[in-house]
Amino acid sequence: MKKINMILSSILVNAIYAMINYPVLLINTLLAPISILAVVTFASKGTLLPIASLGALMMNMITSGVSLQGDLSHLKNDMKLQDMVVSSPTDQNIYLLGMAISEIVYAIPTLSILFFINILFVKINYIGWILIIADLILVFSFSISLGFFLSTISSDVVQSWAFSGIISPILSTIPPVYYPITFIPYPWRYLAYISPTTYAAEIAQDIVGYIKLSNFEFLLSWLILISFTIFTFYLGLKRSYWREP
Amino acid sequence: MFEIEIKNLSKIYDKKIKALDNINFETNMSGILSIIGKNGAGKTTLVKILSTQLYPTSGYAKINGYDVVKDEKNLREIIAAVPQEARAVPWLTPLQTVQTYLMWRGYSYKESKEIAYEYLNLVGLKGLENVKNRKLSGGQKRKVLIASVLASNAPIIFLDEPTTGLDYISRKELWNILEKIKNEKLIILTTHYLEEAEILGDLILILDKARLIKYGDIETLRKSIEYQYQLKIYGNLDFNFNGLLKRYPDHYEIFVNDDEINKIKEILFRKNIRFTFAPLSLNTIFEYFVEGGLNEEN
Repeated sequence: MKKINMILSSILVNAIYAMINYPVLLINTLLAPISILAVVTFASKGTLLPIASLGALMMNMITSGVSLQGDLSHLKNDMKLQDMVVSSPTDQNIYLLGMAISEIVYAIPTLSILFFINILFVKINYIGWILIIADLILVFSFSISLGFFLSTISSDVVQSWAFSGIISPILSTIPPVYYPITFIPYPWRYLAYISPTTYAAEIAQDIVGYIKLSNFEFLLSWLILISFTIFTFYLGLKRSYWREP
Repeated sequence: MFEIEIKNLSKIYDKKIKALDNINFETNMSGILSIIGKNGAGKTTLVKILSTQLYPTSGYAKINGYDVVKDEKNLREIIAAVPQEARAVPWLTPLQTVQTYLMWRGYSYKESKEIAYEYLNLVGLKGLENVKNRKLSGGQKRKVLIASVLASNAPIIFLDEPTTGLDYISRKELWNILEKIKNEKLIILTTHYLEEAEILGDLILILDKARLIKYGDIETLRKSIEYQYQLKIYGNLDFNFNGLLKRYPDHYEIFVNDDEINKIKEILFRKNIRFTFAPLSLNTIFEYFVEGGLNEEN
């Protein structure tokens, strides 16, 4: 029960109380994915709507990690809140879990709308949905773990901005989440493969039927995605600086 | 009573900056332990190590038998800390700040809310519970954080420069709160204000250039040097005495020991010379230890 209270505390601080005290935040989270979804849909005359709505969901998962990095760096470096929590019974795993859930809670209004759009426009069977949800969970997990790791090693706000500036394009701009990877000509397509999000996007696009991966490519994408998630879990749980070295 | 044991504790940043140099210290006490020193003396580093926020480079420290590295999990159950430069999260209210801090310590939502009201009242923030922190004054924001750690009921509390930047009245209010609660707790407090350390400190640690140079209660510190009293004399100083003299434009200041004070007072009364006297202040004791003695001035 104590641990649940600790998790709930992070959710209250980083999501619920933030939204109650500043309702404008709700619009903020909604605007970015919905506007890109609209642009891609209009530009493709509606043909890319299913893939773009899946992409918007994926982008939301990625954004959670990027914003977690910013939020936690702010709480740690500017507020010294993390130091207060370090000197308390809450450990880093509980703090990370609470803050990760807080990002989901924060994104609930956006996620609800995006899930509704997806249910309307993405026509796949149950197994397809299960695989896509697993895909999204992996994306969320690695982005959150990476965001947490970077927040603990950042020592000031400028460094935190630099981290956001690096991970944001790698995880969310370079990978083709709103359109099929086949739209990117060679040799630029190789560049997209430096991002783990590309593999997640490929899996989703294959399931929806926008691209056709061979069984080997499909399994390889999962393998890379799972390996990267395990690696970022390791960084977040074992290599982050909960206590200063 | 609370036990602190520090043995050969050192902290070196980036393999070259010595922040703590072979600190050795032991005590068994409750009340307020004041840590004083100039900027960069190592006060914050020591507090961060003891409050399990920072790893030492070598040596060890134990609080109530718990090693700050090996037993951090157990230790974190009994400590609470307000770090230097900690700020109340601006988008929260004082009530939400205290409540969520208590929940991080395992309290339930409902219980933590009730306790938060009680402690915000204790620190004088009644009526401001639901105002956003960003609208509070600097002193009020500090009080929110202090209310958080006090409300936690942790027996050992670390306050790293809690009064820096506060006006005198706000500082005095905080002193009163600490005086009220100190008996059942160990409060480890760093400060730049020597007057604060003298008023509050049941034990005072003096750090300088990463080393612990002296510790004890104010009386022990006073007795450990050759002078115990300082007198300000507003008149002619035409008699001999054993002590140290400092000349100022409108008065003399002399430093004497326990044996000499009564003799001098008697002479000054007899000669009808106006004077004030007081036991040696922590300011002077600090100057003595950090500067390596008191300098005679002309």
